[in-house]
Amino acid sequence: MTKKQKKMLRRIIITVILMIVLHIAYEAFGAPADPVTGKTTSRWIVTEPVWFILYMIPYLIIGHDILKKAFKGIMNRQVFDENFLMAIATLGAIGIALIQQNGEYTEAVAVMLFYQTGELFQSYAVGKSRRNISALMDIRPDHANLVTENGFDTVDPDEVKTGSIILVQPGEKIPIDGRIVSGETTLNTGALTGESLPKSVREGDDVISGCINMTGVIKIQTTREFGESTVSKILDLVENSSSRKSRSENFISRFAKYYTPIVCYGALALALLPPIVLMITGNEPKWSTWIYRALTFLVISCPCALVISIPLTFFAGIGGGSRAGILIKGSNYLEQLSKIKTVAMDKTGTMTKGVFEVSGIHHSSIENEKLLEYAALAESFSTHPISLSIRKAYLDNLIWTIDEKTGEAIPKQPDEGQKEKRTLDTSRVESVEEIGGNGVLAIVDKKQIALGNRKLMDRQGVTFKECHHNGTVIHVAIDGVYSGHIVISDVIKPTAKEAIRAMHAEGVNTCIILTGDSKHVAESVGKEIGVDKVYAELLPEDKVSIVEELLSKKTDKSALAFVGDGINDAPVLSRADVGIAMGALGSDAAIEAADIVLMDDDPLKIARAIAISRRCMRIVYENIYFAIGIKVLCLILGTIGLTNMWLAVFADVGVMVLAVLNALRALRLPRV
Amino acid sequence: MKKTYSIEVDCANCANKMEEATKKTPGVKDAVVNFMTLKMNVEFDEGADEKAVMKEVLKNCKKVEDDCEIFF
Repeated sequence: MTKKQKKMLRRIIITVILMIVLHIAYEAFGAPADPVTGKTTSRWIVTEPVWFILYMIPYLIIGHDILKKAFKGIMNRQVFDENFLMAIATLGAIGIALIQQNGEYTEAVAVMLFYQTGELFQSYAVGKSRRNISALMDIRPDHANLVTENGFDTVDPDEVKTGSIILVQPGEKIPIDGRIVSGETTLNTGALTGESLPKSVREGDDVISGCINMTGVIKIQTTREFGESTVSKILDLVENSSSRKSRSENFISRFAKYYTPIVCYGALALALLPPIVLMITGNEPKWSTWIYRALTFLVISCPCALVISIPLTFFAGIGGGSRAGILIKGSNYLEQLSKIKTVAMDKTGTMTKGVFEVSGIHHSSIENEKLLEYAALAESFSTHPISLSIRKAYLDNLIWTIDEKTGEAIPKQPDEGQKEKRTLDTSRVESVEEIGGNGVLAIVDKKQIALGNRKLMDRQGVTFKECHHNGTVIHVAIDGVYSGHIVISDVIKPTAKEAIRAMHAEGVNTCIILTGDSKHVAESVGKEIGVDKVYAELLPEDKVSIVEELLSKKTDKSALAFVGDGINDAPVLSRADVGIAMGALGSDAAIEAADIVLMDDDPLKIARAIAISRRCMRIVYENIYFAIGIKVLCLILGTIGLTNMWLAVFADVGVMVLAVLNALRALRLPRV
Repeated sequence: MKKTYSIEVDCANCANKMEEATKKTPGVKDAVVNFMTLKMNVEFDEGADEKAVMKEVLKNCKKVEDDCEIFF
């Protein structure tokens, strides 16, 4: 609790005690005024004016600042604020009690007391959730260990210059982006991506700030300043995100602007019109009854519950998202995200890994391992992407499982611990001849290896078997004998299929793939992961025009999202209602271009982001309907005289408390 | 030119009012008050003296909400 809040709490407690004492005293020494004679039948010397003065003590203790603010508000022509309303309502109630001489001062004090208690709760709850959410998003490293001649100095990360060497101990956060110059460790990227997958890094690897060093001591040469580092950029983005207001937030501010004056004029009308009508029709005007009802009106008129709970919900939603590695750049995008009916996505790098990997060995006449080893050796001097993937497949020590029906070998990555370290003994390679556009001819272990496409096989006079799989096919012939082929293709991400299913479950009608890849490949990927439509062989500008066409066809109530890796699809990202960039860890371009940034490259997060937004919006609407509903109900009951000021203040404060508690639910992450 | 300032304000509605008041201050092009992070982003007009403008902003904000504070 802050000082201000503690002071308020003291005032509330003192008032409560005083009110209890006064109540007991009143029961003992005072009696209500006789309604006929208007005189109090006090059993002792305490008379009406004395009660008035006594009750004014707690009233002023609890409400003096409200009265002061109301007075200042009038001076500054800010008439319709809640201070003014509370002041008028309570002073009015005291006035009625004075005129009727019935000693009913309790009500005015109680209304003020409840109002202040509500305000205190609100300020406490909001302050607490503000701290909680900020703590959750706080990935800011507080220090860096700058390596010096004799050990290291602990300094502010801001002071570390680019190119300095910093030391990161186990358990510490990496403060600044850089490259490891010595040491080897496991990093936890959980704070950034929401998934606590350990990642092993060693000398020469680039590391990004915000990761937690788990096992070993490492030294890092920084490649950026702190302000430019990943962690600072992300913090910046999240902190500014709730400044981009959503339509519902703007609606509420507008609503609050009109609601209060309308209720005030309504109260004025309620105080004047019925008595006048009654007077004209020759009935008793009952001024005090109608004025009392009007004052009840004023108590209900504070729009606090709405005005506080809506931004709080968005803030909690954005906070929850960032915990899951989903950065949402503004409440407006969170709102749009919940309306998504169409998701257009890039294929390469989004649904597929975007790196070419050996995906199978077919028709091999020798051991798969052996075939791959020869291929890797023959390719050991090339830097072509295909050579790299063949070498990687060999070095990764893949586990091969044979499909019983087709006899094809399918690779699987071994578990982290079971990785056997392999090296390529290039001394076994005698000569390599690269034949441009065809492949390579090499002599390995005194054997003649031909490795390449069908043209090479034709050239060598080797009969080969056609491959019906997608991807690049590398045929291998050893000493002129066909030994099988290696298929290299872009691999579909393991969660891609599940991601499409989850998106459909979250209310997305159409999932579309937009790709520059060939029709055959695109369609087979599309079919495998279960998308609804595939547009293939597109140039970057075609993607924009297709997205524009889709945008023109959709209704205002639905939205279209584009998901890409942010590298060459910036124009499409900005054209779509919501641009989602994935795999943003370390890519500034993606963070800049997109509205929503997924920190890792798991497509399941798209569905997760939609789920978060839908839950958040549901809470927003719950609060809007609930708060406005209760207020309108109380206004109606107030008009016909069925509620009193006590109920009115409960309606005001109670609704606010419930709305705030409901808003905080947005922090919890929904499952997909 | 855009600047961010820390603010202190107790209620969300007051934050909205501060935003309105800031927007109306001469020299301010646009302003957003973020109640949740207690920050205020002010975009100044070309060539405006930010210190002087912010003094006016604070004065105007005090008018609508006596209890507020802006740190600049």
